[in-house]
Amino acid sequence: MSVPAELRYTTEHEWVAVDGPTATVGITDFAARSLGDVVYVSLPAEGAAVTAEEPCGEVESTKSVSDLYSPVDGEVTDINADLEDDPGLVNADPYGAGWMFKVRLATGTGEADLPPGLLSPAEYEELTKESD
Amino acid sequence: MPLRYGSETAEHLAVRRAAGLFDLSHMGEIAVGGPDAAAALDHALTGQLSAVAPGRARYTMMCAEDGGVVDDLVVYRTGDQEFLVVANASNTAVVGAELRRRSAGFDARIDDQTDDYALVAIQGPEAAGILAPLTDVDLSALKYYAGRRGSVAGRPAWLARTGYTGEDGFEIFSGPDDAEPIWNALASAGKAAGVVPAGLAARDTLRLEAGMPLYGNELGPDVTPYDAGLGRVVKLEKPDGFVGAAALAERATAEPRKVLTGLTLTTRRVPRHGYAVLANGRECGIVTSGASSPTLGIPIAMVYLEPAAIRDPKPALAVDIRGRAEPADPTDLPFYRRSRA
Repeated sequence: MSVPAELRYTTEHEWVAVDGPTATVGITDFAARSLGDVVYVSLPAEGAAVTAEEPCGEVESTKSVSDLYSPVDGEVTDINADLEDDPGLVNADPYGAGWMFKVRLATGTGEADLPPGLLSPAEYEELTKESD
Repeated sequence: MPLRYGSETAEHLAVRRAAGLFDLSHMGEIAVGGPDAAAALDHALTGQLSAVAPGRARYTMMCAEDGGVVDDLVVYRTGDQEFLVVANASNTAVVGAELRRRSAGFDARIDDQTDDYALVAIQGPEAAGILAPLTDVDLSALKYYAGRRGSVAGRPAWLARTGYTGEDGFEIFSGPDDAEPIWNALASAGKAAGVVPAGLAARDTLRLEAGMPLYGNELGPDVTPYDAGLGRVVKLEKPDGFVGAAALAERATAEPRKVLTGLTLTTRRVPRHGYAVLANGRECGIVTSGASSPTLGIPIAMVYLEPAAIRDPKPALAVDIRGRAEPADPTDLPFYRRSRA
């Protein structure tokens, strides 16, 4: 199971990559494995406002459905349209082609301004061990 | 049995296109033997097992006095006076106890042999071709719902042409120590043909596409075989009656309380067990099983509906998927039927 060092994580198993004013969001390898094959991803609309720790979509797998939480506050600027036809990208490449949406951050322009509840890779790895 | 070995979608599609291997050793096996074995089963179950020839199998049910389903079963007649009753894992103890109680006064032995059996299934269009070189049973002479004693990979087994996937396939009942060599031989012989190990998730979507009921979802104590559209398994004409016959005879002619129906959805969102079904916005039923169908590429569901919900004038149906009414179309079961060569 992979937990890339350059990302931040939520307790709900999303990852977030911050590049200047933009955050890219997806779900973790651990989440994708736990869910099983993803069959449908409902994403927020472009232009929608999202709020950290609030649901903004859902991820349907063979066996279950999970809310998708935004890790950050801001406005959705882009969504991964490829997931419409190929939701399996979430399983195949959760940190790459399986990314879900991009957000223009509401506060500031960098890591220092991210919500305090986000986890470091080490903290997230610890969390996944606890839930194993 | 694990939920999945790798991707459950890939496992499902492998069974439809090539073959899958299933470890079903959790299933219950109860041997019923003796001079009155057939008569005892005729009394205990809804089917007429005395009419089943040795070497054949029958899908049947055990019902309570009120007609509710205790379990759905496959019963093999393994000999003139010998039967093997295969029960769902969670019901095996109840089925065994009921068989013992219901066979009082019959000269029949009831023996729960679940721990003496492992069960490996190979299912899919390539199953016969993979299995044939590994067994001394002539598969071309083994009909659907038939079984023979023989050897598989050199190990003794009861080999039956039965399954729960909607495909051609075989179930191999062996001693626990013989299951691993049998499994390995099938996996190795089937490698080139694309056989894969398949888990519980694939088993569930396969049986759902094939319109086969699952105990706990479509079947249970508050459901009669008639509700589930399986009145054919109830042999009311059996001369000596059986447990539940009076209640079932009443249900046979009465207006059904609910009707098991298939639904297909146009959304991508998945209807799931327990979600409400709406007719013109009013609750008219419940989803018992639902999935995104790997074969059809759309969401499908088995649902119980009030009979009016599928009568003319047909109302607009929808499934309440977490607060949003998603339009749905009724369809006959099964969703998938294999093409027979």
